Amino acid sequence: MKNNKYLSFFTNGIIKENPVLRLMLGTCPTLAVTTAAINGIGMGVAATLVLIGSNLVISLLRNIIPDKVRIPAYITIIAGFVTIVQMLVKAFLPAIDASLGIYLPLIVVNCIILGRAEMFASKNPVLPSVLDGLGMGIGFTATLTLMGAIRELIGAGTLLGLPVTVNFINPMIVMLLPPGGFFVFGILVAVSNKLASAKGKKTVDCNSCGNCPMKDSCKIESEVATDAQ
Amino acid sequence: MQNKFIVSSSPHLHTPDSTGGIMFDVIIALLPATIYGIIIFGYRAALIILVSIVSALLSEFVWNKLTKKENSLYDLSAVVTGLLLALNLPSSLPLWMAAVGSAVAIIIVKQMFGGLGQNFVNPAIAARIVLLVSFPAAMTKFYEPFGEIVSSATPLAAETGAYNVKDLLLGMHAGSIGETSSLLLLIGGIYLILRKVISPAIPCCFIGAVFVFSLILGSDPISAIFSGGLFIGAFFMATDYVTSPAMPWGQIIFGVGCGLLTVIIREFAALPEGVSYAILLMNILVPHINRLTARKPFGTEAANNE
Repeated sequence: MKNNKYLSFFTNGIIKENPVLRLMLGTCPTLAVTTAAINGIGMGVAATLVLIGSNLVISLLRNIIPDKVRIPAYITIIAGFVTIVQMLVKAFLPAIDASLGIYLPLIVVNCIILGRAEMFASKNPVLPSVLDGLGMGIGFTATLTLMGAIRELIGAGTLLGLPVTVNFINPMIVMLLPPGGFFVFGILVAVSNKLASAKGKKTVDCNSCGNCPMKDSCKIESEVATDAQ
Repeated sequence: MQNKFIVSSSPHLHTPDSTGGIMFDVIIALLPATIYGIIIFGYRAALIILVSIVSALLSEFVWNKLTKKENSLYDLSAVVTGLLLALNLPSSLPLWMAAVGSAVAIIIVKQMFGGLGQNFVNPAIAARIVLLVSFPAAMTKFYEPFGEIVSSATPLAAETGAYNVKDLLLGMHAGSIGETSSLLLLIGGIYLILRKVISPAIPCCFIGAVFVFSLILGSDPISAIFSGGLFIGAFFMATDYVTSPAMPWGQIIFGVGCGLLTVIIREFAALPEGVSYAILLMNILVPHINRLTARKPFGTEAANNE
């Protein structure tokens, strides 16, 4: 029974609460770096490492950090891990570093990481937090890799750099450009919503505040909700 | 006595116009330019048009089947989308690219947003831009009329003065299948205005604005309005009901905005033609234009001032 509970902390992030398609978090890196499958893997693994580290430390410190300054404290912890990951990537994987560019240091402000710190790690013990970070990270990596693979296959005719269709048909360059990112992202969200509603689950709503990790502590959200009513 | 009072719910007045009827008028209006395009660019143009329309109909059919929606082929909107897209393609384009373009127009731009009436940009224009961005080389390879396998620049990309106005009016120059003859497009546009399918506000403001702004920026205004895709864009694409403003003032703002953007893109951007991008950008602004020009119910302003 207890094992099942821990397992669900881990599997939660992969499908049921997939950060990109179900929680609508981390949209910026999702759209920006997924021009190739390898970029999706690189970004996903880098963010996963940061997420595990930050969830671990924030969960350890959850009773020490004063509530009023928790966001700056979280950001500082996250920035520390991002710096470590960035240095490692620069040193050992310079090609990935070059293709991810500014989006690697921008993991600091990736909403998945801050979102899980606020929603999960600050309220849960260490082991569940680490498992949650790992699960969310795998969900993020899988989604980014899938998007990168689709865009790379149609946009460049290759998969992980190997030629697939590029020799037979002209690739559609638009898929590598920002509009292609939005096309694929929109279609994936639509498909995941369709699958969710077919199983009787809640679909993702388009209320901009509805998916925000800060909505519990944010005043604007309640005003928006009142307006909507 | 009882039969004289028919009790029914609103609306009590309705127009005999149907979507299919309006779309049929648009097809009739496009026919002269279509036939002319086939004559000057040969059988290849006919194939592109055929493939584009068939692909549009097939995409609509498959989507309706997959989503268990009512069959909407008979409203002819898919035919119009396919035909408009084909008229904006060069006759040398590989056929599968035309098919992909129509599928993008129907599935991604129209149906994914909820089908006819819900699309926020014109499907044919969005699809043309997707193709232009995806296959830049194939999409800018134009044939001279009656030409052999020669690709050449359109009048917009050629030196100024390379074409006289008569050639531009009659469409005796390189270009997309249906955009070359301004005269035949004008005849089609006038037919639509006379049939009250479109109002003259958008095309007149659009073409007028291109004339005026070209004059201000010092290029030849006559060849500016007769070259490129301006006439087909102004009469057939900018006037799409779904993606153009509803009120007269809104239509004027929309038309002038399209004209201004077209001239800016033609003069200052790295693209030879700007009509598609101009219409696409103004399409996106339509909800805001509608809100800006909405009629205020009488009396509400006084109430607000108190």
